[in-house]
Amino acid sequence: MNVVVCVKQIPDPADPGQMDPETRTLKRDVKLILDESDSYGVEMGLQLVDAAGEGEVVLVSMVPNNEVSGLRTALAMGAGSAVLVSDEALAGSDALSTAKVLAAAIRRCEADLIITATESSDGYTGTVPVQIAELLDLPSATFAKSIEIDGDVAKVQRQTEDGYDEIECSLPCVVSVTAGVVEPRYPSFKGIMAAKNKPVDELDLAALGIDPATVGWAGARQEIVDIAEAPAGEAGEIIHDEGDAHERILAFLDDLKIL
Amino acid sequence: MEFAPTDEQEMVVDTVRAFVERELVPYEDEVERLGDVSRELVEQIRERSLAAGIYAANMPADLGGGGLDNVTMAMVDRAFGWTQYALHYIVARPSNILRACTGDQVDEYLLPTIRGERVDCLAMSEPGAGSDVRGMTCRATRDGDDYVINGTKHFISHADLADYTILFVATGEEQTSRGPKKLITSLLVDHDTPGLEVVPGYNCVSNRGYHNMILNFDDCRVPASKVLGEEHRGFEVANEWLGATRLQVAAICLGRADRAFRVALEWAADREQFGQKIGRFQGVSFKLADMQTKLVEAELMTYRAAWLMDEGRMTDGDAAMAKISSTEMLQFVADEAIQVLGGMGLMDELPLERIWRDARVDRIWDGTSEIQRHIVSRQLLRPLGS
Ligand SMILES: Cc1cc2nc3c(=O)[nH]c(=O)nc-3n(C[C@H](O)[C@H](O)[C@H](O)COP(=O)(O)OP(=O)(O)OC[C@H]3O[C@@H](n4cnc5c(N)ncnc54)[C@H](O)[C@@H]3O)c2cc1C
Ligand SMILES: Cc1cc2nc3c(=O)[nH]c(=O)nc-3n(C[C@H](O)[C@H](O)[C@H](O)COP(=O)(O)OP(=O)(O)OC[C@H]3O[C@@H](n4cnc5c(N)ncnc54)[C@H](O)[C@@H]3O)c2cc1C
Repeated sequence: MNVVVCVKQIPDPADPGQMDPETRTLKRDVKLILDESDSYGVEMGLQLVDAAGEGEVVLVSMVPNNEVSGLRTALAMGAGSAVLVSDEALAGSDALSTAKVLAAAIRRCEADLIITATESSDGYTGTVPVQIAELLDLPSATFAKSIEIDGDVAKVQRQTEDGYDEIECSLPCVVSVTAGVVEPRYPSFKGIMAAKNKPVDELDLAALGIDPATVGWAGARQEIVDIAEAPAGEAGEIIHDEGDAHERILAFLDDLKIL
Repeated sequence: MEFAPTDEQEMVVDTVRAFVERELVPYEDEVERLGDVSRELVEQIRERSLAAGIYAANMPADLGGGGLDNVTMAMVDRAFGWTQYALHYIVARPSNILRACTGDQVDEYLLPTIRGERVDCLAMSEPGAGSDVRGMTCRATRDGDDYVINGTKHFISHADLADYTILFVATGEEQTSRGPKKLITSLLVDHDTPGLEVVPGYNCVSNRGYHNMILNFDDCRVPASKVLGEEHRGFEVANEWLGATRLQVAAICLGRADRAFRVALEWAADREQFGQKIGRFQGVSFKLADMQTKLVEAELMTYRAAWLMDEGRMTDGDAAMAKISSTEMLQFVADEAIQVLGGMGLMDELPLERIWRDARVDRIWDGTSEIQRHIVSRQLLRPLGS
């Protein structure tokens, strides 16, 4: 069972650095870490490989400057190897360019299953997973809270507002995994030491056979026209308890139609 | 000379920090309040640290341990030092001295301890023999294939949770040019051995929830196969393997001091008196500068000693200097941090009063500051014939 997990390496949200006023994107020249959203996919992939008793988790990541620090975390958790794509021509890649590159990298992996997060913590468009599936001509399931492999079928519980759908997808397929549905393991000390020696296949666009004119700024179909500060949250209402606080809270929630 | 941690070391520290934050810090108040760690919590922490692969980090990887070198171990201990002893010691580090196990001892003690199935403690101190360990009166006499042990050990840390003791006892005396000298042997003694009684020790101001016990031996009989190392050569085994414990104390103190310092720093930047942030008063800001200076000093001393140990060149004096520097730094930083906060520093809403209390034992256990200075000074003067 070979599971490809797409992992995005992003600037640390605790220390996110700055926006580039020129390109209106996040500056990515700081140390990058494994997107926490993807740690759930890595954990799920590892559990599926464990359950299958054979195979491995292969990571696929596109990133500037061949950055590996986020990959190392996932390798230390137990992934077996990684494919890393970097190319100067990828600067300015929109979600579709990213999906093209990831799809081309995944094609080299002989994957039984491809896992992504439902959306990244920084870009947050949530469009890459289905684009990958389309480009690879594979079925896809989104918002998975659990995946079980039964022969050549993936049984997926798909989170909905009211509960979950049970769906089946023939393998190989692309499944996006919701954050928080499994508990990502800690990289163990032995895993950390071993991670250094795990193979990381570093590729550029030429190696993937992708025309630079179709990706990056050159190929972008998406344009960021403006960026603005998020509006500050408004101060909440403080209810002082004079014996009737519970009633006033109920009335407040009722007004919001939450109850 | 390289002062930056490697990528691996950073990840190791991140793992420990995450574990400390998620699995230990949430229980701090409970442990302080109860003065105890419940059995269930002990089991939970042990299981989760085993699952996380951070248990027995000091032991070689081929024996099932974490396989970390001493510098990385010091970083790990620094990260654990962020929280309190009663919690982080459960993510155990079997005593290095167990590496001296041979024959059946390997399967009976060393390996199960690395796997978290058994827990060790170590007993040298006695009511009448503290710094002067060789003055011990607890003795073992040979009787056929057995030793028969009589005497008392006290201040024995976590003997309540351990199921065996690495015991040091007098097994004879030899004549030297400076008079008679006791011969010491180390024995592995299971806590269910008849004739051994493990009873609660004293209430200690430092490290609530981490108990010290008294071990009473009354004709306690153990087979000669339980000797760790060789008969009469207990201190040789101890000297070979126990140097790292002083570095452990030093490294833990760094984490404690770091936590206290950060509380003080934030407070100084926030709290206003006389119409301005108190950090603007030189009387406060210079304290911060001194705290940080001493913290970095102690850090360098500790990592240096650990590095020398990895190189196989650490002397007793190097470990002693690291312990003096770090334990005394912590006392200073904890005290000054409280001063920066004023009254609030003494309240148990914040971790400072605990860190201040806990810091006190570090200048005493694993050799008092005076004994560490004795070690350093003897190392300096002995070659001069003085
Ligand atoms: C203007 C602009 C400039 C950009 N410049 C660069 C650049 O210089 N270099 C560069 O590498 N990228 C660049 N990108 C790509 C960008 O960082 C995102 O990877 C891409 O837009 C995907 O969007 P998203 O994060 O919203 O993905 P989402 O659809 O929210 O992501 C869903 C999931 O898909 C997977 N995924 C998404 N992106 C990646 C990835 N990169 N690697 C592995 N898995 C992934 C993850 O599992 C993720 O959780 C740029 C994007 C834009 C819009
Ligand atoms: C909480 C706690 C846990 C402990 N856990 C363990 C354990 O698990 N196992 C174990 O074996 N021991 C343990 N100890 C014992 C610890 O190692 C001793 O307390 C320590 O070695 C000091 O011995 P003492 O308390 O008998 O003091 P003493 O040796 O009586 O010292 C009293 C004072 O005299 C000073 N002094 C003594 N000799 C000299 C000298 N030559 N030069 C200058 N000054 C000197 C000392 O520095 C000290 O200030 C523990 C102690 C405590 C408090």
